[in-house]
Amino acid sequence: MTDAEVDRLFHALADATRRDIVREVLHSERSVSELGRRYPISLTAVQKHVAVLESAGLVRKRRHGREQRVSCRPEAIEHAQRVLADYERLWRDRFDRMATILDGEGADA
Amino acid sequence: MTVTHVHRDPDNLSLRLEAELDVDAERAWQLWADPRQLERWWGPPTHPATFTVHELVPGGLVRYYMTGPEGETYPGLWQVVEVAAPRHLAVEDLFADEEGNPAEGMPATRMTVDIVDRPGGVTMAVTSRFPDLASMEQIVAMGAVEGMQQAMSQIEAILAEG
Repeated sequence: MTDAEVDRLFHALADATRRDIVREVLHSERSVSELGRRYPISLTAVQKHVAVLESAGLVRKRRHGREQRVSCRPEAIEHAQRVLADYERLWRDRFDRMATILDGEGADA
Repeated sequence: MTVTHVHRDPDNLSLRLEAELDVDAERAWQLWADPRQLERWWGPPTHPATFTVHELVPGGLVRYYMTGPEGETYPGLWQVVEVAAPRHLAVEDLFADEEGNPAEGMPATRMTVDIVDRPGGVTMAVTSRFPDLASMEQIVAMGAVEGMQQAMSQIEAILAEG
């Protein structure tokens, strides 16, 4: 991911309502008005949240009759794989540092 | 390479890494049980960690902060769930606010450590389990940018907004 993409992703997920919307559409499509009923905010505010999530690439919108329907992007699972790979690298580095500590003791002995 | 096995499970949002260490279980446990040793490996060289509270008992707290190159600090917190020295540890790994309390609305990761004997040493397995995809992305976005100064200042700005 580029820095700008990380920025958008992070900004999108920094809000509790937006995180909840992502969870809600992860497994099934929802209309904007259905989402609106879940939160004590205006429909316009819901639409703004959806727009932020869309620009971060987390959800997509499509028009269905008079409704706007929101769904999780199918690439999300692939994306999860990449995200897990990043987390894996973090832990590989940690294990390498642990081994360095232990190796250092072996050399001293 | 130290890591011998990796199991990625995107459906269950968990990641398990196993590493072989050529020491006994008691010595491997000290990497977690001794805060001065934890400090030597938890943070990357650019963001070393300092552990200020380290209560490795069920219900205990472990508080730490990481310090960036400009002296800025990033607090973290573990809520200790299970301890069976020198074999097993389970904690909830949380983001903390400036006072070191759990940051509002930030996701937690369940981190489990298992140390098992093998000929010539131990295998240490660390399993991280995320509550949901959005949380995982958020945690990794923060974790993966530990060394990225620019991104960190944005995180600070977001946290300051509440």
